[in-house]
Amino acid sequence: MRAAVIVFPGSNCDRDLAVAFENAGFRVSMVWHKETDLPDGIDIVGVPGGFSFGDYLRCGAIAARSPIVRAVQAHCDAGGYALGICNGFQVLTETGLLPGALLRNANLKYICRTVALRVETTDSLFTRDYGRGQLIQVPIAHHDGNYHADDETLARLEGEARVAFTYADNPNGSARDIAGILSENRRVLGMMPHPERAADARHGGTDGVALFRALGGILAPA
Amino acid sequence: MKARVHVMLKAGVLDPQGEAVRHALGAMGFSGVEGVRQGKVIDLDLAEGTTREQVAEMCEKLLANTVIESYEIEIG
Repeated sequence: MRAAVIVFPGSNCDRDLAVAFENAGFRVSMVWHKETDLPDGIDIVGVPGGFSFGDYLRCGAIAARSPIVRAVQAHCDAGGYALGICNGFQVLTETGLLPGALLRNANLKYICRTVALRVETTDSLFTRDYGRGQLIQVPIAHHDGNYHADDETLARLEGEARVAFTYADNPNGSARDIAGILSENRRVLGMMPHPERAADARHGGTDGVALFRALGGILAPA
Repeated sequence: MKARVHVMLKAGVLDPQGEAVRHALGAMGFSGVEGVRQGKVIDLDLAEGTTREQVAEMCEKLLANTVIESYEIEIG
């Protein structure tokens, strides 16, 4: 199993994400944003958290137009898996791979703490090892995590069970308490919370492990 | 030639920064400020002959996120 972790100038969760993939049995390639192609045989692309390009213009906006992201789009268009966390989620919405946008937190504060998430669907590779409705403890660390989409999009996301995680106690003003969403083919997950920071007992929590462990089933016939 | 692009959050998209500015103005004693919306102004220095359509394409593809933002272009 092979994972690629994209590295932008200003990414700062790239190595944590790589370790989480490695612990789940992946061989990981770190891929610089100027590359135009992913390495051969990549099963999943991780788009990490951080402050790509200094959050200039809009969070994730410049990164979403970088050369490697065109390759990530092609990978996803061909049915490949991708996981965008925090700034990575912002990048995926900026590319249009996931609908909606992340606005400034409603209380304008940068929020850095562990929050409770509710698993809203187990119908995805990412969430299948959780129980539906299960509460998990995962850290958030963001200033722009206030999920926004028009009513029609929100209704579609809920109707198609594409909301992967919601906040038990909404910290940032996100519409419908949304913390993470799936693409139409359920192979792209974007989420603001950091499962890779809850993936080792030494992190103070291990509720993110099940997500990465479940990805180990990626080789199962599609 | 120069172009100026105004980018604003669309009506109906909550603007927490604008709201914070509105509260601050009220707290400073400026009464009657009923709404504040904050946006961006982007000045472009362009080669002669650049068309409005090209600037619009820049807006659509990068300068604005049309999921949440609208834009206006001033050429001049």
